[in-house]
Amino acid sequence: MPFPLTETMHQVMTPEGKIIGEVPLLSAEQLVKLYRWMVLGRAFSDRMVALQRQGRMGTFSALNGQEATSVGLAAPLQQKDWLAGSYREILSYLVKGVPMQAIMKLYRGYVSDDYSAEAHCLPIQIVLATQLPHMVGIAMALKYDRQPQVAVGVCGDGATSEGDFNEALNFAGVFKAPVVFVVQNNGWAISVPRSKQTAAQYIAHRGPAFGMPGYLVDGNDLFAVYKVVCDCVERARAGEGPALIEAITYRLGAHTTADDPKRYRPASDLTEWGKRDPILRFRAFLFDQHILSEKDNDVLHEEVTTEIEQAINRLEALPPQDCAQVYDLVYSELTPQLKAQRAQIMRELGRE
Amino acid sequence: MPRWTMIEALNNALALELEHDRRVLIFGEDVGKNGGVFRVTEGLQNRFGEERVFDTPLAESAIIGTAIGIAVYGLRPIAEIQFAGFSLLAFNQIVSQAAHMRSRSGGLYTVPLVIRAVFGGNVRSHEMHSDNIEGLFMHTPGIKIVIPSNPYDAKGLLHAAIADPDPVLLLEHMRLYRSFRQEVPAEYYTVPIGKAVVVHEGSDVTVIAYGAMVAVALEAAKQLESSDEASVEVVELRTIAPMDEQTIADSVNKTGRAVVVHEAARTGGVGAEIVAVINQHCLYALLKPVERVTSPDTPFPIPTVEDLLIPTPGRVVNAIRRTLEA
Ligand SMILES: Cc1ncc(C[n+]2csc(CCOP(=O)(O)OP(=O)(O)O)c2C)c(N)n1
Ligand SMILES: [Mg+2]
Repeated sequence: MPFPLTETMHQVMTPEGKIIGEVPLLSAEQLVKLYRWMVLGRAFSDRMVALQRQGRMGTFSALNGQEATSVGLAAPLQQKDWLAGSYREILSYLVKGVPMQAIMKLYRGYVSDDYSAEAHCLPIQIVLATQLPHMVGIAMALKYDRQPQVAVGVCGDGATSEGDFNEALNFAGVFKAPVVFVVQNNGWAISVPRSKQTAAQYIAHRGPAFGMPGYLVDGNDLFAVYKVVCDCVERARAGEGPALIEAITYRLGAHTTADDPKRYRPASDLTEWGKRDPILRFRAFLFDQHILSEKDNDVLHEEVTTEIEQAINRLEALPPQDCAQVYDLVYSELTPQLKAQRAQIMRELGRE
Repeated sequence: MPRWTMIEALNNALALELEHDRRVLIFGEDVGKNGGVFRVTEGLQNRFGEERVFDTPLAESAIIGTAIGIAVYGLRPIAEIQFAGFSLLAFNQIVSQAAHMRSRSGGLYTVPLVIRAVFGGNVRSHEMHSDNIEGLFMHTPGIKIVIPSNPYDAKGLLHAAIADPDPVLLLEHMRLYRSFRQEVPAEYYTVPIGKAVVVHEGSDVTVIAYGAMVAVALEAAKQLESSDEASVEVVELRTIAPMDEQTIADSVNKTGRAVVVHEAARTGGVGAEIVAVINQHCLYALLKPVERVTSPDTPFPIPTVEDLLIPTPGRVVNAIRRTLEA
């Protein structure tokens, strides 16, 4: 087989903070920026869960525990590279340049019309794995157009059982599309453990099966994720085709605010994975290298909190969603039917 | 002017598009070297190269899924589904993705995608090859559905579909592919999406049909007119969604009677929508209940019985007569 079935888990820093691999060449400023994204991701996630509890936000999927993979998969991308993930990838979206407001509006039940064209992210959608063929299509278009960009498609471990995951990998291989697939294997698909999704030992092994390399990476090791994604992205950019990355991480929170994981998973799991917390691991490195002081860290946390609070204030100051807008977004022009339906509801709501 | 079959007219339209717009790409199963199992894409790969006209692995969901990505990027994909019945394997991509991308992204991303698929009965084909699936997709806001009845409209609707900024499903009837020729301009022209047409004027009753049923309706009209029983107007929809309610209403308000004909099964189908439209716009003009002539609510009729169960001119004549009874 041209691509081996890997059993090697890429790791740069052990959970204890010991460097065992090659640290990516990043300036102190860049390192702090990556750390800041992880801190922001967790704070954002916690805040969204709290808002949901207060009835100020809709059902939300916490991303706690997956910050290293989320940041590590997006940070190596150039602005014009494309990204599509699902509800668990919102931190990747923020890193890629999607305004916080777009994400908050989505979860608040507004029309998500704040995605910026510059971020090159497809809007978050919820049908598992369905975004992956889109990324292959974008990659095929980039290749056809002789553009130097790549596309990155992300999904969870459960989503790899869907047809679209496998069809997307197959198309990517056949068309040698400049696309990188990242699977955030967080151990669970709601209540179903990874072991019940596939009898194979690793999801990464499906890479070679579809004619592309498959990598295993410690998903709680930011350096390792960053490095492997960089390699795969550059390889795709150089015209050498797609790759599959399985990032092994863990969902520390519930599946969503509507889920109670106590029903299906032992508390000991959390103790175990708590020790592998991606933020603590990275922070230990920054402290150790004197890149970040305790005080810097406090300031950074405060800044992040302020940033999130400001976004919430802006969100909550928005006027209610205009129901007329949903009619206008279905087609480029209102059909006669939509025009009539829209006019009727406006009349009935007394808003002519 | 050349006289072309529907296949030749479609092939000409695709060639014109490939020639004039480098954003146009054509792909699907067997569309490359083989030119499609019905030869609609014959010679195109040879002429325009494998980068623009290519075969894909056999996976309908990925054909449409990648086409969505290609369209979002800004190219103009034309994806062929070998038989419309197999579009069900891409149902999710069409319904939850192609149709939702514009809304979901707040208007940032659009999907200028054309899906071509063949279907249609009275050709003795296998299960799922003939199924009329337009009703399933009509219930999906965000896509448009066109079904031509002749070579001229097929070409013009295809050009219009490619120019349309939203996803369009073009359903091509197998029996119409080679059954007759028609004068078709070799140059670019469009037939508007969303516009029905009165293909035969009459005053006593309106028959509303599309696709292969247009010829069936016209034959029924001819029979009743030659026996001086009734003057029959035939309205051809051409576009199933969004439906041209105005043309239907104008005709039925004039005649006061209506018969809806389609090859698909009855319940919850396109005909039900047409009847609702007539109800809304023409109730006070109606002299009789609206008749529906359709295939039965069974899986698509098997080859040995399809000629009996798919609407025939005789069954349409009977339905018209029912609307004329005192
Ligand atoms: C096609 C589809 N089936 C089912 C669901 C319901 N659902 C939402 S999330 C989820 C679990 C997904 O698990 P995984 O892919 O591992 O992602 P994670 O939630 O762990 O990030 C399920 C079953 C869905 N959204 N889409
Ligand atoms: Mg999971």
